[in-house]
Amino acid sequence: MASIDQQLERPPVAEAKFSFSSHLYELISTVDHKRLGLMYIVTALLFLVVAGLMATIIRLQLAFPNGRVVDPDTFNRLFTMHGTTMVFLVGMPFVAGLSNYLVPLMIGARDMAFPRLNAFGFWIFLFGGFLLYFSYIGGSGLSGAGSAPDVGWFAYAPLTSRAFSRGASTDYWILGIFVAGIGSIASALNVIVTTISMRCPGMTLNRMPMFVWVMLIDSWLIIIALPPLSAAQIMLLIDRFLGGNFFNTQSGGSAVLWQHFFWIFGHPEVYILIFPAFAILSEVIPIFSRKPIFGRPAMVGAVASIGFISLGVWAHHMFAVGMTSWSNTFFTASTMLVGIPTGIKIFNWTATMYGGKIRLATPMLFCCAFLFQFLIAGLTGIMLATGPFDWQLHDSYFVVGHFHFTLVAGLVFGLFAGMYYWFPKVSGRLYNEKWGKWHFWLFLIGVELTFVPMHFLGFLGMPRRIYTYAPDRGWNFWNLLATSGLLFQLPATVIFVWNMLWSKFKGERAGDDPWDAWTLEWATTSPPPEYNFESIPEVRSSRPLWDLKNPNDPDWKFE
Amino acid sequence: MTRGRGILPLLIPAATLQAAAAAALPEHRITNIFQPLATPAESEYNIAMLIFAITGVIFVGVAGLIAYTIWRFRQPSDAAQHQEPPQVYGSNQIEVAWTVLPILIVFVLIGVSARVIAAVENASPPQAALKVTVIGHQWWWEVLYPDYNIVTANEIHMPASRDGKNATYLQLQSADVIHSFWVPQLSGKTDLIPNRTNFMWMDPREPGVYVGNCAEYCGTQHANMLLRVVAEDPADFKRWTVEQQKRSVDDTGASGDRAVFESLACVNCHNITGLGKASAGSKFGPDLTHLMSRQSLGSGVITNTPENLRAWVNDPQTSKPGCLMPSMRLTPDELTKVVDYLESLR
Amino acid sequence: MDAVLTETAAPPAEWKLPDRGTMGIIFLIVTETALFTIFVVAYLVYIGKSLSGPYPKDVLDLPIVASICLLSSSVTIVFAEHALKRHRIGIFKLWWLATILLGLEFLVSTALEWRKLIYQDHLTISTNLFGTTYYSLVGLHASHVIVGMAFLLLVMIVSLLGFPIHTQERRVKFLSWYWHFVDAVWVIVFSVVYVIGR
Repeated sequence: MASIDQQLERPPVAEAKFSFSSHLYELISTVDHKRLGLMYIVTALLFLVVAGLMATIIRLQLAFPNGRVVDPDTFNRLFTMHGTTMVFLVGMPFVAGLSNYLVPLMIGARDMAFPRLNAFGFWIFLFGGFLLYFSYIGGSGLSGAGSAPDVGWFAYAPLTSRAFSRGASTDYWILGIFVAGIGSIASALNVIVTTISMRCPGMTLNRMPMFVWVMLIDSWLIIIALPPLSAAQIMLLIDRFLGGNFFNTQSGGSAVLWQHFFWIFGHPEVYILIFPAFAILSEVIPIFSRKPIFGRPAMVGAVASIGFISLGVWAHHMFAVGMTSWSNTFFTASTMLVGIPTGIKIFNWTATMYGGKIRLATPMLFCCAFLFQFLIAGLTGIMLATGPFDWQLHDSYFVVGHFHFTLVAGLVFGLFAGMYYWFPKVSGRLYNEKWGKWHFWLFLIGVELTFVPMHFLGFLGMPRRIYTYAPDRGWNFWNLLATSGLLFQLPATVIFVWNMLWSKFKGERAGDDPWDAWTLEWATTSPPPEYNFESIPEVRSSRPLWDLKNPNDPDWKFE
Repeated sequence: MTRGRGILPLLIPAATLQAAAAAALPEHRITNIFQPLATPAESEYNIAMLIFAITGVIFVGVAGLIAYTIWRFRQPSDAAQHQEPPQVYGSNQIEVAWTVLPILIVFVLIGVSARVIAAVENASPPQAALKVTVIGHQWWWEVLYPDYNIVTANEIHMPASRDGKNATYLQLQSADVIHSFWVPQLSGKTDLIPNRTNFMWMDPREPGVYVGNCAEYCGTQHANMLLRVVAEDPADFKRWTVEQQKRSVDDTGASGDRAVFESLACVNCHNITGLGKASAGSKFGPDLTHLMSRQSLGSGVITNTPENLRAWVNDPQTSKPGCLMPSMRLTPDELTKVVDYLESLR
Repeated sequence: MDAVLTETAAPPAEWKLPDRGTMGIIFLIVTETALFTIFVVAYLVYIGKSLSGPYPKDVLDLPIVASICLLSSSVTIVFAEHALKRHRIGIFKLWWLATILLGLEFLVSTALEWRKLIYQDHLTISTNLFGTTYYSLVGLHASHVIVGMAFLLLVMIVSLLGFPIHTQERRVKFLSWYWHFVDAVWVIVFSVVYVIGR
């Protein structure tokens, strides 16, 4: 007799056979933040490989003077697509993917605030990427030059006007990025609302993990800084399609106005891109030093200051445009000021390690390298911030060296740290530590070889965006050295991809918490179930798992 | 560096002597910004050295601290973690210290930068200073000397300013897209922007040929939009201006060469002041009136030799693919006559 | 590992966080503000810079009636919301209809103004800097009015068809905030285009 106390005998249910089409359906209809987060990241990695191959061709062309690997137009398209892809189709989806996957888990929620908006954001980003690359086929519309855009990733006016960019290639640049930008804004909105409205009981804003704080501020930056780009792109479309005069110098329009609007977006954008690395370091370094982050309030304040000040530095990209000495001085000042909170972060990360027990596993190796390399990048940034020095360095290979140091030696190193750190949580398995170290050392050597010489090329007067150079300018040696870095970066990347794939299927099972960590994502299974947590946790400090594991010395006694 | 003089001036026409004199000047093709040869570049060099000193100290200090920390507190990766280290949450005093010190450093840097910015940007040209207007085109430089009524292209002559008092002032404009004027050893760069006039100045200390590049991506042949600033002794510069002001004289002997030139479409783009249809003043392409006084062709992409000139006129696309001058598909005979005529343009 | 982490302390007090939808609409308005700001800046930068006419003072008339209608619609939408809260669906529908009609008047008025500008004054988006900045700024605003109208009509239609609209008070509130935002933007656009720029 069945009663409430007796387990009902459940009839056997045939295991649903998962076919390819059902997997596909699940993929395109999912609103689960973890699936979408992974989709963002995998897509970003694919675009990273594509843009990396473009960079390979660029470096082969520039390895020797009077290079003949590609013709000038192809080269100009390559650097345009390389930059555009890396910023909008690699960097931005990493921002979205990391926050979408990790934020709900870290705040003890079951999903993002708006799961369907989340899915919309991903698919429209993907569509934007598709539009950009469709230019290779469709760019010859309107009696044009054809093929992919070749106007540089910041597409200065009036080079982008119909007169100087015939064909539809520039239109694909505008539309692809505009559409992808909608996805970024949607994702950022979601992160903000999730962080504000969906934290688990006891998790005040003060107790949110550093990662969540940084991604929250990142999202605020996105919703404020991306619309200026969208606005400028709408204006450019109006110019190109409706005969508008926004940037038409013939009718009194200003080419410099595009630069102002673009860089009002563009400078915050580079902070938007680097923040995930800051977020990751603030999680990884404490765990691998076995100490809490040093100066949490100062760290949060530093990120907030960087975000705020970064809205007021944009014209340091325009020192050569002929602004007044007042403007140039103002932007020199504001740009140098933004270096201060960045320096504070480096000091705090170091102080976190100081007095700790540092475990130099792969994630931590990438973090350590980041500290040195981002220090260098920040200091070359101070050089560029100095107006008069910038008059020499602007638009030279020094700038190329600087921003590749921040983005490759900085951001990408941080992303690798994060990917290795959370790989066990996401896949349920441990990656191969030996291959991880091989990846690290090869990549490190390759990055130094490629990007350090670029600073010297800038000192020697080599401008950016040139498809070749004469043999007697003194640029030969450094260019060849820069290209040689590929010999290390390419195998390093192969090792990384192989490690990820092999370990996903054959790696040792990871368990819930292989790193002995302190934030909520490690309080559930690896990988987490669709509903994230058996029951919604309640927390009393910023390190809930530390409190659990150390009941005699919980954080909430000190916070 | 000695210049070839002596008996040659008696035998060779003055214009070619000009080119020879220029060719005898030292050519600075290694454009190291830390070898400044004019005042703007020098003040930029000085501030660079200050920045290097400060950032160098910061780098050594901070990197040393990071390296020491990693080395001192590293644990072997497979060591069992029996005991967690002391959990330090932060220190207000330390935070304040390493906030205040960078702020002070930054204020110093801002002050120094403000001074240099003002000194370079707000310098106004004295009445007697040489003024040159440079107009950027895709992918060549139009050069005008309004006070002298001179029009030339790609190579900018100016007097050397040994005592730093004889600066040349450039007015920068653009006919199409944004370009940037960068001769590293003379000055930092300034952009040429359509519908806007920018200013810069330079005072090359020593006579010489200073090489530079366009430094703002401007399309297909941005890489080959090179600059030459030819700084000369004031007397040589005066001689150059006199030669440049002359109208072209047809001394090819047979006027047939010029007639062939004029019968082709060349005159639609190129101006040759003096005789004939070409002096209609077209500005689409460089002014050719004194073409032979220039050291290079195609804004620096090839040197100005008879073979190169012939190759260029035959098909510019082989030297500068994508440039706006098409191959006119001349017959060999037309080509010879045109090149002969051009070689007479001293 | 069990994720419930309370130990010795008393259970946490009631845990109340801001509502998702409210946060969502607020930050949507923030991002839209950033977008409009750039178009306003472009308008301000180009005031007086057109190389040829027609010029604003020659062709622009103050759209007083349209502005009164649009701003009044912010008032009527508030009345509609109050009626909805008090479950007076008939009154709600009347005030809602008034809102729609007032918004419609604004759109029609703009359309008529544009017709005059294009056909009588020969001012198009490509004529000069004034034309470009005017049509894009006013047009951007008008497009947001249209989107708002679409949602207003949706609410009107479903409530006329008998849907229990009183269950959607929250969403109606968000829509009214969007509508207030659109009206606030009009105040800025009006000031910049018809007052400062004329």
